[in-house]
Amino acid sequence: MRIQILGMGCPKCTQLTANAEQAVKEAGIDAAVEKVSDLQEIMKFGVMVTPALAIDGEVKSAGKLLSPKDIAGLLRK
Amino acid sequence: MLKALADWIVFEKIGLVPKTHFGEAVDFFVYDIMKIFLLLVLIVYVVAIIRSFFPPERARKMLGGKREFVGNILAALLGIVTPFCSCSACPLFIGFVESGIPLGVSMSFLISSPTVNEVALILLWGLFGWKVGVLYMTTGVAIAIVAGWVIGRMHLEDQIEEYVLQARFGAGSELARPTWKERHQDAFEYTKGILKKVGPFVVIGIALGAVVHGYVPVEFVVRVAGPGNPFAVPIAVLIGLPLYSNAAGTIPIVQALIEKGLPLGTALALMMSIVAISIPEMIILRRVVKWKLLYLFAAVVAVAIIMIGYLFNAVLPAIQ
Repeated sequence: MRIQILGMGCPKCTQLTANAEQAVKEAGIDAAVEKVSDLQEIMKFGVMVTPALAIDGEVKSAGKLLSPKDIAGLLRK
Repeated sequence: MLKALADWIVFEKIGLVPKTHFGEAVDFFVYDIMKIFLLLVLIVYVVAIIRSFFPPERARKMLGGKREFVGNILAALLGIVTPFCSCSACPLFIGFVESGIPLGVSMSFLISSPTVNEVALILLWGLFGWKVGVLYMTTGVAIAIVAGWVIGRMHLEDQIEEYVLQARFGAGSELARPTWKERHQDAFEYTKGILKKVGPFVVIGIALGAVVHGYVPVEFVVRVAGPGNPFAVPIAVLIGLPLYSNAAGTIPIVQALIEKGLPLGTALALMMSIVAISIPEMIILRRVVKWKLLYLFAAVVAVAIIMIGYLFNAVLPAIQ
């Protein structure tokens, strides 16, 4: 599983990355959390508000700072 | 009712003596704290619910194909209800440009969004009365409309970075519409976050106001930036432009200055120029547009704020 955090590096994006890492650790699943901070890359996802979170290339949330619990919920789906 | 509650807490429970300077100052502080936090919780929550109906995709759809002047008005209004933080300014701008929304209209949106916000409204309302709050909102929208329109008339499309014009926005996965339960959850979290962020500033601001109440002599500020100095407004704006803070962080300072005799119009001009544009925001936007457009953007907004400052100074003494 591949989790991507889209954001140009504002505090919220950093926090979302940390939350995603925590969620992955707690769920004990094999997933890589990577940051996408390049503007052109972010645009390819069709996202207008950051931070956004994509799982396996599909945007699941945009413009929201999800908690580790929220992310765990998305991971289970 | 709140006043009675404040009186009860301060004079009955804590046992301070009414009509003494200290007792009245504490009473004033407790009353203001209760009033402003009540307003904050209520309005921030309601605004968060309203915002859940206006994701940026919706603003983009509504603005697409609108003519310039109507577009500017709509963009300034949508800027109030569309939730986004300054770090999203770039992807949002590209999204707008890509769907054919005119440059000036996009600028109206980018100006109104940080300037006109619910926290500023509540604090101004709570501290200076509802008329000042409404005046701030209305003029914020007016600045966004006029400044955006003027920028549109300047035909600066060549100032948009090449890659932005060529950008093809990804299809974007359709996000599911939130349920009512989710809207309330998000609004709750958002309100909690705002209270945490703004709370300390508000308490400090109100405490300062309560202490200053009657103690601080009106001299330095009035001499430098009082009604007697016709250049006070532009100077305030020039000081405020490069600085950045959100509305909540600025209001305590503004309040302290007003207590020391700074005219309200000058103070609001300072506040708007701090909130509306800043060097960090310009640097972020530099990724999508060229310097010339940024300079003109700052200049147009500055002129608009200066005009509003003079207007406030002329009109406010009459309505307060």
